[in-house]
Amino acid sequence: MTSNRSGRLGLVAAAALLLAACTGPAAEEPPGGSSPEVPAETGPFRIAVISHGTAGDAFWNVVKNGAEDAGRALGVPVEYNSDGDPGNQAKLIDNAVAQRVGGLVVSMQNPEAVRPSIESAVRAGIPVVTINSGEEQSAAYGALTHIGQSEGVAGEQAGRKFKEAGGTKLLCVIHEAGNIGQNQRCDGAARGFGSAERLQVDISNPTDVQARIRGAVQTDPSIDAVLTLNSQVAANAVNAIEQVQSKAKVATFDLNADVVAAIKSGDVLFAVDQQQYEQGYLPVVFLKLYRDNRNVVGGGRPVLTGPDLVDKSTVDQIGAYVERGTR
Amino acid sequence: MTTTTLDERVGTTRLSDRLVVRPEIGALLGAVVVFAFFSITADQFLTGDGVATWLDDASTLGIMAVAVSLLMIGGEFDLSAGVMTASTALVTAILATQAGWNVWLALLASLVFALAVGAFNGWLVMRTGLPSFIVTLGTFLALQGLNLGVTRLVTGTVQVSGMRSADGYASSGFVFASTVEIGGTKFQISILWWIGFAAVAAWLLVRTRFGNWIFAVGGSPVSSRAVGVPVKRTKILLFMTTAVAGWLVGSINILRFASVQANQGIGLELQFIIAAVVGGCLLTGGFGSAIGAAIGALIFGMARQGIVFARWDSDWFMLFLGVMLLAAVLVNNTFRRRAERVRR
Repeated sequence: MTSNRSGRLGLVAAAALLLAACTGPAAEEPPGGSSPEVPAETGPFRIAVISHGTAGDAFWNVVKNGAEDAGRALGVPVEYNSDGDPGNQAKLIDNAVAQRVGGLVVSMQNPEAVRPSIESAVRAGIPVVTINSGEEQSAAYGALTHIGQSEGVAGEQAGRKFKEAGGTKLLCVIHEAGNIGQNQRCDGAARGFGSAERLQVDISNPTDVQARIRGAVQTDPSIDAVLTLNSQVAANAVNAIEQVQSKAKVATFDLNADVVAAIKSGDVLFAVDQQQYEQGYLPVVFLKLYRDNRNVVGGGRPVLTGPDLVDKSTVDQIGAYVERGTR
Repeated sequence: MTTTTLDERVGTTRLSDRLVVRPEIGALLGAVVVFAFFSITADQFLTGDGVATWLDDASTLGIMAVAVSLLMIGGEFDLSAGVMTASTALVTAILATQAGWNVWLALLASLVFALAVGAFNGWLVMRTGLPSFIVTLGTFLALQGLNLGVTRLVTGTVQVSGMRSADGYASSGFVFASTVEIGGTKFQISILWWIGFAAVAAWLLVRTRFGNWIFAVGGSPVSSRAVGVPVKRTKILLFMTTAVAGWLVGSINILRFASVQANQGIGLELQFIIAAVVGGCLLTGGFGSAIGAAIGALIFGMARQGIVFARWDSDWFMLFLGVMLLAAVLVNNTFRRRAERVRR
C-alpha cells in the first residue's frame, strides 16, 4: 500500500531480474556468493496460487486450505485465485507477474495455454511451482518442481483394485466433457482393469448424472464396476445403482463427507485420494525453502502426492480430516 | 409537444442534454468510477504491467461485445457467439496440426466456416420468423456437440495442441498474438484489434447508411421494410459480423495459447451481452452504441483483474462483479430515461 513497500518490492524484483539475466557459470555460484543480492528478509514475500478450478469446487477448496495453512504456518501471505477457462487463467498469471509476487503456484490443466504466461514469470525471476496436472511440461517451461498425481497411474491403480475385487465389466464416468485429466484417468483405468466403457455426464446437473448412470447400468446388467472421477458423482452413482437394484460396485476419485460415509456403509468400495491438500501446502513450503535456502525438491522429477487408496480399513481415521477440509 | 419539437429544430440543445442522449455516457462514467476505485485501492493497478493485464482481459471480450452490440441494436441475439470462439479455433487447429495445412490457409477455412454459420443463423431467423434467442440456442448446442465430437474423433483426446510447430505459425502469430512493447511493458496485440474493431463498428453505426439500417431494423422491422430498408440482408449481415468477431477472437486465442479445448467458450455469450448492455444497448433493440460496448468490456476487464490486484479473497469475486454490473445497468437506465425525455 505504501510507496515504501512498492519500492522494496521493486528492489527485490530488480535483484531477481539481475539473477535471471546472468547465465552460465555466474549462476552456478553457491548461494552464499549471491546472498547480498537476495537479502532474505527484504520486503514481503507473497505467493500467488492460480488454479484452473471453478469457484466453489470442493476439490480445489482443499488445495486452497492447504496453501493458506502453509502460508499461516510459515508467515507467508498467500493469495488464491482460479479460473476454469485456460485463457482467463493465463491472464491471472500475468496479473500476478505484474504484481511481482515472490512465488507462483500454477495448476496446468491446459499446459500450452498458460505456457507464455509461465515463461514470462520465469523470465521476470519469479520462481514457479506447478501443481496437479501438467507434469510432463513443468520442467520445460522453467518451473522449479511439479507436485501432483499422475492421472494415468492413479487410474491404473483404481482399475487394478477393481479387478482384484472381482469386477468383470467397468464403466468409467466422465463428468466434464473436454477435461483431459479425466480422460487420462479412464485410459489408465482401462489399462489396469483390461478394458473400460465410458459414460459422459454433466456435473452441473446432478439429476442428469443420476439418470444417465441409471440408464447405463440398466441397459447393460453385466456392468458390475462403476468408477466415478468426482465425489459428488459417486453419490449420484450410488443412488442410481440402488434405484435399479444393480449389483454394480462403485469406486471414486476424491473424498468428501458423503464418500466417507458411503465407504463406511459399504456403498462405495474405495476412493482414490490424491491428497490435494499437499498440492496446496507443499509448494508454499518449497518456494519458501527456495527463497531462503535455494533448495529444490524432486531433482527434476515430479513430487507425487498420491494416489492413496482409501477403503473400509482406513476410512475411520481419514474421515475426520475430510470434515476438517484437509483431505 | 409541438413547441418542444419546434424548439429542438431551431434552437441549440444544451451540452449536458447533448451528452446525456449518448447511450455510452453511463458506461463511460462507470468506467471512470471503476478505474478510480482500483487505482486507489490496488497498488499495481496502474503500473505498466498492470494496465497491460486488464486491457488484455478487456480486449477479446471487447471485440465480441462490439459485434454483439451491433446485433442487439439490430434487434437480435446470438447465443452461439461464445462457442463460436472455440469452434473457429478448433477448425483452425485441426486443419493446421492434423491435416498439416499452413496456418494461414487454416485461418481462411475457419473464416469461411464462421461466415457460413453466421449466415445460417441469420437466414434461419429471417426465414422462420422464430426468435433469434431460440435459433441461436440451437446452433449453440449443435456447435458445442460438434466441437467435442469432432475433436475426439480426430485427435482421440479433448484438446488440440501443437500449433507452435505448424507451418505459418510465426507469421500468423505475429498478426494475431504478438506483443507490442511500449515503455518496457508488453501489450498484447489483441488490444489493437479491439480498438480497431470498435472504431470501425462505431463508424459503421453512426456514419453510414448501413448503420441507419441497423437502428431501423432493430427499432421497427415493419416500418423499416416499408421505407425500403433491406431488413433481411441487414440482419443476416449482422449475424455474420458476430461470427466473424468470433473467428477473430478464436484466432487470437488459438495462436496465443497454441491449444484449444473442446469445451472452451461456453457461457461467454452471456458476458458479451452483459458488456453490451453495460455499454448502453437495450435488450429490446434499436438503441445502443458500439463504443459503449467496448467500454462495457473495459469495465469488465478492469473489475476482473482489479479485484485480483486488490488482493481480495476470490470467494467474493462474483458478488462484487454482480453488484457492479447491476450498478452500471441502473446508472445506464437512469441516463436512458433522461435521454428519452430530452429527445421528446
